Amino acid sequence: MLKYISKRLLMLIPVLIGVSIITFSLIHLIPGDPARSMLGEKATEAQLESLRQELGLNDPYIVQYGRFVGDILQGDLGQSIQSKESIGYELLHKLPATMELTLFAMLLAVTIGILAGVIAAVKQYSWFDNISMTGALFGVSLPIFWLGLMMIWFFSVKLNILPPSGRLTPGTEINTITNFYLLDSLLTGNFRAFKDAFLHLIMPGIALGTIPMAIIARMTRSSMLEVMKQDYIRTADAKGLKTRLIIFRHALKNAFLPVLTVIGLQFGLLLGGAVLTETIFSWPGIGRYVYLAVLGRDYPVVQSTILVVATIFVLVNLLTDLLYKYFDPRIRYE
Amino acid sequence: MQNDSSLLEVRNLHTHFFTKSGVVKAVDGVDFSVKPGETLGIVGESGSGKSITALSILGLIPSPPGRIVDGEVLFKGDNLLKKSPKEMRSIRGKEIAMVFQDPMTSLNPVLTVEKQMVETILTHEKLTRKQAFARALELLDLVGIPDAKNRIHNYPHEFSGGMRQRVMIAIALSCNPSLLIADEPTTALDVTIQAQILELFKKMQKELDMAIVMITHDLGVVAEVCDRVMVMYAGKPAEYTETTKLFDNGKHPYTLGLMHSIPKITEKRQKLEAITGMPPDLRSLPIGCSFAPRCKYAMESCLESDPLLKNVADGHAVRCFLHDDAFSKEESFNETIIGSEKS
Ligand SMILES: Nc1ncnc2c1ncn2[C@@H]1O[C@H](COP(=O)(O)OP(=O)(O)OP(=O)(O)O)[C@@H](O)[C@H]1O
Ligand code: SF4
Ligand SMILES: [Mg+2]
Repeated sequence: MLKYISKRLLMLIPVLIGVSIITFSLIHLIPGDPARSMLGEKATEAQLESLRQELGLNDPYIVQYGRFVGDILQGDLGQSIQSKESIGYELLHKLPATMELTLFAMLLAVTIGILAGVIAAVKQYSWFDNISMTGALFGVSLPIFWLGLMMIWFFSVKLNILPPSGRLTPGTEINTITNFYLLDSLLTGNFRAFKDAFLHLIMPGIALGTIPMAIIARMTRSSMLEVMKQDYIRTADAKGLKTRLIIFRHALKNAFLPVLTVIGLQFGLLLGGAVLTETIFSWPGIGRYVYLAVLGRDYPVVQSTILVVATIFVLVNLLTDLLYKYFDPRIRYE
Repeated sequence: MQNDSSLLEVRNLHTHFFTKSGVVKAVDGVDFSVKPGETLGIVGESGSGKSITALSILGLIPSPPGRIVDGEVLFKGDNLLKKSPKEMRSIRGKEIAMVFQDPMTSLNPVLTVEKQMVETILTHEKLTRKQAFARALELLDLVGIPDAKNRIHNYPHEFSGGMRQRVMIAIALSCNPSLLIADEPTTALDVTIQAQILELFKKMQKELDMAIVMITHDLGVVAEVCDRVMVMYAGKPAEYTETTKLFDNGKHPYTLGLMHSIPKITEKRQKLEAITGMPPDLRSLPIGCSFAPRCKYAMESCLESDPLLKNVADGHAVRCFLHDDAFSKEESFNETIIGSEKS
């Protein structure tokens, strides 16, 4: 097992080299002078030259790439052109915000999606099955943008029960440790902040979780239907086991395997792809961070953040594979 | 054939599948009984309704599309077809246990043998987890799993086919059932392993004093373990009698066909004379005897009406006009000649 993990971690290296080359080329693939595209048309030649100096754009590509990688290996993700802040420091705040939102959204998606999928499969063709699966079909193709705005209009504007944006109501005190607000507020016993942070999570969580929830529900249903036909389910029945035990122990544990792959994939996608949701709800996470960086042509930010997100994506994949081992004893890792 | 000392008595069982392409009469009028401690064989070709008969007894017919449309399944005098799902659950695995054909797919691949055994015991017996575990170990020992103490923690894929079938048998025996239904328990196994598993069945039956319904398509298995046997054809019994009588004095043309298709090792050249033709489509059975299209002795009357199961001797029932006293011997004889010319 340990051997397998270290092997997988070693395999990360070529992947990350690939990603680093792609993100590095980003600046240079854009036609024209990168310095000018960052500073815009009105920049003077002196300003451009100073930026080139600052970013080392006059050096040969290979030297630039070497420096980029060398810096990252030393834990230096560079500096934002717009804010002049260290990107590493900014990510320390943005990443937990995105992770917290993603985890919350996935928690919603997984619990509701799996439960709905299981019930729909067990009661195939019932009204629950029909309604939930039509809903899921709808959910997959739902425009998040529209859903987000509708929720804000309804819950924040009309009913005024949920905050429309941000992670906390301005003025709410919180002592940050991990920058996961729910966790930090719990650790410091700050229940006011906990409640506030939780309320802020609900709408973006739903917006972000809807599509994965729909995918997971459909996947769980079809996987369960397949498993329920298997011989070992008939054996479980012939042993006189209670229905609940048959469904959750015998069927779901098998049916969960393909669902797990989907969960891992969706989780990775959400981490990097929360741009839309974070923008609608002004969520200060990396999706919005990258979005603003792209708008502002803040290439160092784009570069480093993509590299970090890609790393996390690959790690999530590894974690998924390890969980597979737990759920499927037939898989051996050598 | 029915008598009061029966453990299981199946009367006039009809199990049909209502599919889009028509009603499949998988089991269509089956009667048999099993006495405590005896082994009844059910033998027949693929698709003759053996498994569906077994699943009907246990209330495991997939519904829809299946439904038991008529009949009674009396177990210790109670009609199982009248029981609630909950009552049936308390009978399955406890009073009546079942072993399936394919040990490769019948055990849950993601649960350890321990889990699959202990859960069965805990479902039916008032034991602690620890006691149930001890019982599971004991059973694995009993069915001949070497090193049970360690093997019990393994997953099914870590066992060979024969060992898995032993595990299945151990699970089936875990609550001391009075009836064990084994549905082709050796078909999926190598020949040498088959013999070992049959030995195990015989040994277990002696030690635990339970009745066995042994489903098979192999008359060799019947000869080996069964006291009595029902030959099934197209959802109906063709012949029903003691094993010795069947082999000495089998009467139904289908039975005789089956016997001819057993390879005889004594003969120099093994001659395998399989019954020609295919089993009928259960969705549209012929009006007369369902074996008629394949029967060497088929007569005019065989195409017109369906014979009934009739006693030809004490404890020997046959469903064939050739052995029906209501038909004159002469007619049968004439028709036989005509029939054999045809084939
Ligand atoms: N779910 C189902 N839907 C429709 N027909 C079915 C279904 N299950 C079984 N049947 C039909 O019932 C008939 C009897 O099946 P059964 O499984 O009892 O045969 P069998 O005698 O056990 O054969 P085998 O030796 O192949 O196991 C078959 O013709 C089969 O097509
Ligand atoms: S009834 Fe007729 S067709 Fe059927 S088995 Fe007997 S002889 Fe053959
Ligand atoms: Mg069968």
